[in-house]
Amino acid sequence: MYKKFRRRVTGTQIVMWIIGFLLLGGVIYGTVHTLAAGAYPPRIWLDLIVFGLAQGSVYALVALGYTMVYGILRMINFAHGEVFMAGAFIGYFIATALNRAELLERYFIPSQLLIFIGAMATSATIAVLLERIAYRPLRRAPRLVPLITAIGASFFLQYTFRGFFGSGIKSYPEPQQLKGTITLLGITILKTQALVIVAAVIMLIALLIFVQRTKTGRAMQAVSEDKDAAALMGINVDRIIVITFVVGGALAGAAGVLFSTLFRQVFFLTGFIPGLKAFTAAVLGGIGNVAGAMLGGLFLGIAESLFPNLVLDGLGIPAPYQLKDALAFLMLVLVLIFRPTGILGERLATKKA
Amino acid sequence: MTATSVGAPMTASQSSRWSPLLKIGLLGGVVALYMALVGIMTALASRMVITGLISLGQIILLSIFIMFGYMAAQRAAAKQARPPVAWCLVSGAIAGLIISLFLSALVVIAPIINLRSIFINASPELFKLLTFGQGVPTGLYLLIGVGVVVGLLSAGLFLLPDRLRRAVGMGLVAIPIVSILNSSLFAGRGISPAQAALVFGVGLVITYFWQPARAATNRRFSAMPTQQQRVLATVVYIILGIGVLLLPLLGPYPAEILDTVGLYILMGLGLNIVVGFAGLLDLGYVAFFALGAYTVGILTSPEIQWIGVQLTWWQALPFAVIVGTLAGVILGIPVLQMRGDYLAIVTLGFGEIIRLIFLSDWLKPLVGGSNGITRIPRAIPAPAGSGLSDQQMLFYIIVAGILVAAFIATRLKYSRLGRNWAAMREDEDVAQAMGINLVRTKLMAFATGAGLSALSGAIFASKLTSVYPHSFNLLVSINILAVIIVGGLGSIPGVIVGALVLVGLPELLREFAEYRLLVYGAVLVFMMLKRPEGLLPEARRKLELHAADEA
Repeated sequence: MYKKFRRRVTGTQIVMWIIGFLLLGGVIYGTVHTLAAGAYPPRIWLDLIVFGLAQGSVYALVALGYTMVYGILRMINFAHGEVFMAGAFIGYFIATALNRAELLERYFIPSQLLIFIGAMATSATIAVLLERIAYRPLRRAPRLVPLITAIGASFFLQYTFRGFFGSGIKSYPEPQQLKGTITLLGITILKTQALVIVAAVIMLIALLIFVQRTKTGRAMQAVSEDKDAAALMGINVDRIIVITFVVGGALAGAAGVLFSTLFRQVFFLTGFIPGLKAFTAAVLGGIGNVAGAMLGGLFLGIAESLFPNLVLDGLGIPAPYQLKDALAFLMLVLVLIFRPTGILGERLATKKA
Repeated sequence: MTATSVGAPMTASQSSRWSPLLKIGLLGGVVALYMALVGIMTALASRMVITGLISLGQIILLSIFIMFGYMAAQRAAAKQARPPVAWCLVSGAIAGLIISLFLSALVVIAPIINLRSIFINASPELFKLLTFGQGVPTGLYLLIGVGVVVGLLSAGLFLLPDRLRRAVGMGLVAIPIVSILNSSLFAGRGISPAQAALVFGVGLVITYFWQPARAATNRRFSAMPTQQQRVLATVVYIILGIGVLLLPLLGPYPAEILDTVGLYILMGLGLNIVVGFAGLLDLGYVAFFALGAYTVGILTSPEIQWIGVQLTWWQALPFAVIVGTLAGVILGIPVLQMRGDYLAIVTLGFGEIIRLIFLSDWLKPLVGGSNGITRIPRAIPAPAGSGLSDQQMLFYIIVAGILVAAFIATRLKYSRLGRNWAAMREDEDVAQAMGINLVRTKLMAFATGAGLSALSGAIFASKLTSVYPHSFNLLVSINILAVIIVGGLGSIPGVIVGALVLVGLPELLREFAEYRLLVYGAVLVFMMLKRPEGLLPEARRKLELHAADEA
């Protein structure tokens, strides 16, 4: 093992290590500098972490869809971000309709449930349609073909929503019950953030139970392990693939509602950047690994919320929040270069499917 | 197969032949509702194709009827030795009827349930278009009548003999094309009914007589001695070349469209090397385009002082290409070990990182932040008093760039390097086992592609005389990808055709701009499902993609 490793060290790897160490040095220097300068009180750090947790749990829900589909089909469902956006849109339409009928605040919990169910059902439907129309005929095609299809489907969905519902940014209604803050264990949190975190955690636990304890969940694991062997064991592989898209789509739909509760904005590009970030989260956690996607999502959310202030500020970069998205992509690139296996998970980035 | 058309099996096929027809009708209805609600019809409603008679929005409506009527007839005749004429015609009419019923339902129901509060395009303009401006009861009958008649006619079109059918089809297609060219480039309005009839007739006659003539010409050409063939081909190319060089003289506006198409061809040729030849899906291709444009901007604009020099565009050009090529190598190194889809995502990440950095306040003193860099000199300013615009002059630079790029691409394709790329694209492990140095081969692909992209970036900077980070978003990469995929991955003439279709047509139809990416997305999916080798496929790739079907 060691010999093999030594032989594999090439010039390019050395270059990459140098880049890696430079970046790591930058991160440490920036952090130390910021903390030493004491520019921000602990209260702000805490707020940033809580916000990061909230946005990270949304990423985690979306990342699950990427990771499950990748586990089974070995393809990046590039259009998954648009499934998420569809959920946000339907959630918005149901919420505004309820709001107009003055039911949103009067029956808070039933209306929230209705919003979630509507969004999850729509997103799951779109995900299944995508699989049926765009991906299924290409299962045996060369690998780039389904990826290009997925990119096409992603743009098709984005601009379909734009055509249907307009290009304006729609503001998501905020019921009375979600305004203000609550105090938990001495920490003050915005109510919306608390709702997002609680709802996401419930769904994550439900999914873990589904995947590990139910018959269908185990069948999913078997299919992702080896499709042909699973088929020989009497598992209907097509059905399991559809179920995977349903579950992934439903989670993305719920994430769409949570995302719009958090940021109170919906428009046709809503899904794009969060989709890429959720993919980053899936890679961070080790793609194909369900628990990894959850961890990756939370980690990315917190990192994205903390790093601009913690690192870039210390490096003397003005307006660091502008580079928030660049940081997320940089993390994706770095993880794929230095640890393609992610936090948990097997090495897939360089392996051929 | 003929046995099924007589006797007992008739009853079985009687019941089963309704369900495919209904399916086609329902699909057509859904497509028609989609096209109506997504807003394409209304967006194109103000563009008259035949003045006073029919708008482009209505052409879209009609083409849905035609397409599904034709499909229904095709389905009705499937697996029959001789198409059952009456049943084909009925099928076409029924498909048209179902589609028009869907649309009528939309027109009736939408105002009642206030559909517009959700679907912004369910507007009175749409209903006016669908009812041909006649209001609810009369217009609906008209819509249904048109649906049935057009469905019937298109089924009739299907029943025509091959040669005549192609000719009629070409005549029909010629009307909107000529009208759009006329209204976009010259007159600003559509053609009159008489002119339309003329265009239809000319298109029909030319296609009808061209088909046998083409076969004869081909035969005569291949019967010639090789020497003579070569001479003839050269003459044809020279005439074509002169034609291309005369194109910008059509006027400043056509020249601007040609410039845009040309830039996409140039970028497409570069990306074609990376994706088509080497099989590396690069979604961050726009980054090199941006680097080329910014290098020129920084070196030439008087606004940028820190660099200490101020070059002309021509002096800055080599630097732009060098910077782009180096960036291709530098960004290529980290992704050497990645394959397929991961490579796509990481390069996409690189592209976004570069754009965000150019956009941020961090580098604002160096590259202008969101204000960009302006006052970039033009490559060849139009000579004073010549009556030519700068855009017209620029066209010649772009053509020169395309020639250089096409030359590089063709020479590389059949070189040792090009064959290494092909081998690597097919199977990296086998290629490596055959002694191909993967690192060098990949980096060469990235570097060549990036260099060409930077070249087009440099020309782009001179076209706009300014660079802004907003010009370099991911959508540019996607556009170029769509161009080369539609044309045919790895095929050099394909890039040109792809750019003309995907960039040229939307440029002519400005009101269509909003739907450009919608169509690109649909086109990508459609091409991958139905014709992954593209419109003008490269021979080897076609073989590869269809070998799988036969196996």
